[in-house]
Amino acid sequence: MINIFEVHETNEMIRNEKLDVRTITMGISLLDCIDADLDRLNEKIYNKITSYARNLVSVGKEIELEYGIPIVNKRISVTPIALVGAAACKTPEDFVTIAKTLDRAAKEMGVNFLGGYSALVAKGMTPAEENLMRSIPEALAVTERVCSSVNLGSTKTGLNMDAVRLMGEIVVATAERTKENGSLGCAKLVVFCNAPDDNPFMAGAFHGVTEGDAIINVGVSGPGVVKHALEAVHGEDFEVLCETIKKTAFKVTRMGQLVAQEASRRLGVPFGIVDLSLAPTPAVGDSVAEILEEMGLESVGAPGTTAALALLNDQVKKGGVMASSYVGGLSGAFIPVSEDQGMIDAVRAGKLTIEKLEAMTCVCSVGLDMIAVPGDTPASTISGIMADEAAIGMINQKTTAVRIIPAIGCKVGDTVEFGGLLGSAPVQAVNTCDCSEFINRKGRIPAPIHSFKN
Amino acid sequence: MGKTIVTVLGQDTVGIIAKVCTYLSDNNINIEDISQTIIQGYFNMMMIVDTSKTEKPFADMVKDLEVIGEGLGVKISCQKEEIFTKMHRI
Repeated sequence: MINIFEVHETNEMIRNEKLDVRTITMGISLLDCIDADLDRLNEKIYNKITSYARNLVSVGKEIELEYGIPIVNKRISVTPIALVGAAACKTPEDFVTIAKTLDRAAKEMGVNFLGGYSALVAKGMTPAEENLMRSIPEALAVTERVCSSVNLGSTKTGLNMDAVRLMGEIVVATAERTKENGSLGCAKLVVFCNAPDDNPFMAGAFHGVTEGDAIINVGVSGPGVVKHALEAVHGEDFEVLCETIKKTAFKVTRMGQLVAQEASRRLGVPFGIVDLSLAPTPAVGDSVAEILEEMGLESVGAPGTTAALALLNDQVKKGGVMASSYVGGLSGAFIPVSEDQGMIDAVRAGKLTIEKLEAMTCVCSVGLDMIAVPGDTPASTISGIMADEAAIGMINQKTTAVRIIPAIGCKVGDTVEFGGLLGSAPVQAVNTCDCSEFINRKGRIPAPIHSFKN
Repeated sequence: MGKTIVTVLGQDTVGIIAKVCTYLSDNNINIEDISQTIIQGYFNMMMIVDTSKTEKPFADMVKDLEVIGEGLGVKISCQKEEIFTKMHRI
């Protein structure tokens, strides 16, 4: 039988250490909505989303109430729209009508984000995929809740450098188009290498074509819980440190597994995966940077940061894998700048640079995330950053991503406010050496060799 | 409905158990186990209750107990047992 100390421990995690389920994300396939008539396509998309997700928010609230565990976000992901819209959309403007439909469906369902305004162009682009990519600045400016992602490369296919070049321009255009709101459009846009099909986290969630008709994926969180657990073993050796993270990750993930199974049962939609992520928020005590500092670093960004993050990421996975029957998505520690108070402080104090963040992305769960750079950063430089990050993912067989915000009208040291979970980002310095000649080359970087690993 | 865990957290005061027990009994909720202790200077009480016979909707029970807690100056929560068993038992 459960005892009072175990009950107390769980409730302390929830009350004081900010343990929550970050998101229940319902993935919905839109493949059966495909139609050559744009109006009919939009109608079918709206009907399918609103019929599957009708009870998503109410079921989320029910589970929250019964178990006393906060479920911060209820979200939807859909089949990449470049595929769904290919038959009907002949221009970028046609795709924008779908973005508006998705936004309307998201509002009707009461979800705060809907992901899947996406294109998978790891090797090449169809005309429809290029049109979708060119529609992104407008689509993100005229919608509120739609999130967009583009997969630019993979370990199996190499990097599509034509898409990398185009996305640098699209990110800058999105920033310009949404400059009245701190270039907020860019916070809803991410580029990937090796994008997973079942990621529940935004902005990169989409419902992959390998998935069923609908699925429930859950993303857990809990940086505060890990930090609190590590405070109790301050100064102990690495074995104790690793065991503590592992045990904590196990407990956090078990809760995610329970919520995922309950949501799946009540909604009558199959359970997909639990994403074992440490997802920080701007709230004090909910920071991945603070975990690294608790391990013994003066500040995140200090020498040793990459090793500490590697250890954290690996132990989170080891603890979480046993706690859930199906693990997927991004799984690991996120290191967004604007959504983590510890990261924000380190950047402000000049202790954490983009170059160190890039090194950290070799061992974290995703990549360069929620980083603001000066608004006059050239598109080719943004593409260069994307190419570097994608190359790390391609060679190391991991998911990497870039969510970067060229803050129009801002210079290094300014702060861009996004509000809510997106937080605020100090504008960071970028290496100003020109890479345009490299980026302007046409074609692809070939897939890497899978032997002779050095 | 199956087992539910009712927890009380706060300053010890006269009548906490009496008030909670009266509410549970009025709503046909059976108490299977009670334990209490002081953790970090705070009064902590936990009850394992069987809610299978009550007609009270769970949401109402959560709200009612919250209100009773406010009246006593303590925090009363009401959560289904699985959140704890899943986390602490393999």
